[in-house]
Amino acid sequence: MDRLSHARSELQEMDALAAADSPVHRLHPLCKLLLTMLYIVTVVSFPKYDFSGLVIMVLYPVLLFQAAGIPVGLCFYRLRIVLPLVCAVGLANPFLDPTPLTRLGTMVITGGVVSMATLMLKGVFSLMASFLLIATTPIDTLCAALRKIHIPGILVTLLLLTYRYIGVMLEQVSVMTEAYRLRAPGQKGIHSSAWGSFLGQLLLRSMDRAEELYHSMLLRGFQGEFYYADMPNCRASSVIFMLFGAAAVLFARLVPVVSLLGSLFVR
Amino acid sequence: MITFRNVSFSYDGKSPVVDDLCFTIEKGEAVGLIGANGAGKSTVMKLLLGLLTGKGQIDVDGLPMCRQNLSEIRRKIGFVLQDSDNQMFMPTVYEDMIFGPRNYGLGKEETERRVDEVLNLLGLQDLKYRPNHKISGGEKRMAAIATILAMEPETILMDEPSTALDPVNRRTIIRTINRLPQTRLIASHDLDMILDTCQRVILLSHGRIVADGDADRILRDRQLLEANRMELPLCLQGRNKAFPDSDIFP
Repeated sequence: MDRLSHARSELQEMDALAAADSPVHRLHPLCKLLLTMLYIVTVVSFPKYDFSGLVIMVLYPVLLFQAAGIPVGLCFYRLRIVLPLVCAVGLANPFLDPTPLTRLGTMVITGGVVSMATLMLKGVFSLMASFLLIATTPIDTLCAALRKIHIPGILVTLLLLTYRYIGVMLEQVSVMTEAYRLRAPGQKGIHSSAWGSFLGQLLLRSMDRAEELYHSMLLRGFQGEFYYADMPNCRASSVIFMLFGAAAVLFARLVPVVSLLGSLFVR
Repeated sequence: MITFRNVSFSYDGKSPVVDDLCFTIEKGEAVGLIGANGAGKSTVMKLLLGLLTGKGQIDVDGLPMCRQNLSEIRRKIGFVLQDSDNQMFMPTVYEDMIFGPRNYGLGKEETERRVDEVLNLLGLQDLKYRPNHKISGGEKRMAAIATILAMEPETILMDEPSTALDPVNRRTIIRTINRLPQTRLIASHDLDMILDTCQRVILLSHGRIVADGDADRILRDRQLLEANRMELPLCLQGRNKAFPDSDIFP
């Protein structure tokens, strides 16, 4: 399977993953969305040197991944392209902030190193929580939940169509790449001299395809606002989960749990 | 009832693709729209759906084609696209089928009733929750028709419904079309299928109507068809006549 087909099948697997059944999948989409948003905001709000305080936040995604029956490794595998970018955000910090903050044996740990590690963790945790939300909630219900919290319809439609069009676009690229390979045996990738026409053709074909799809939508009553799947009824268990989860996240933010645990052992 | 009165259309404003077209399609009629490539078949369909705007007057059930009536007209007409991949854009067949009815404000129960009814009619119950990317070309074409039937349109337009289908699926499509009570307008190069499904044929050439009448009469007129870059349907050619130089058929 070539890389494009692999990317397409990964996208389809995400849909299958979201359609699975588990206690986390069964939770109301709105509750999951609100809790994820609270979690991300809380994670981001940690001070830049509070690395130890932030570590405890790993429990939220890890526990929910377990409950959803999704291996944590799968999350890192799927996010393999984005994760290095997120981690790279704080790479300059050690050079910009050389203030000594603590010691590890004889080694001096500067504020820049700690803030870099904190930034990386914030990025990784936020990505994990977002992935968890997408992997346990079908895109339609997620969009319905976004509309419930009054995110503008145009933005939600854009999100949904982008998600759908990625597959269509990959399909076009796959067909064109295959046609190219068949007439360029032994060549690795697409030769730089063909990039211009390849991208131009891709753009034109994608536009044609998009127009056809749009016509098909128009002819079936689409008037700017996408029809979203019916949201399931919000059960008490979902609300309890959300309240409990929110309380736990806020508790972890306000109480330095790791420091308190540490003080039990170190005097 | 569909009426075209002196309808013309040009993409570049110079050479007309559809030129002064006049015809009427009565309720319940099955009409085949035939013609060589570039004759204007797809353009006629797009004009009828309001996707293109030309000169002249188009009426659908007494409603003149204009922006105000567009929604009502599109509700009355279902269009089966040539490429089913462009029609099936939702993740599953079921979600695609409810897309139209739900957009038109139908309730959940009514939508479910329609979906089940159509799937039963076409014998596609097994496809209901199947992902669109995992069904075959023939199944996808049938599912595309199902998405249109679920809207319960009064008229169905089909653009090359038999393209890329194997003989069995093609036969299934023909049977399905013949069972539909709606008004049907079918654009196709597959003249055998047109002969099997339509009572009336409109032959287009360079955007003009060359012949309009009984399908059996027009599709047997070798001279007329050949003058317009078409051939007799294979079933009327006879096997040895279709391949006069071939040794395969004694």
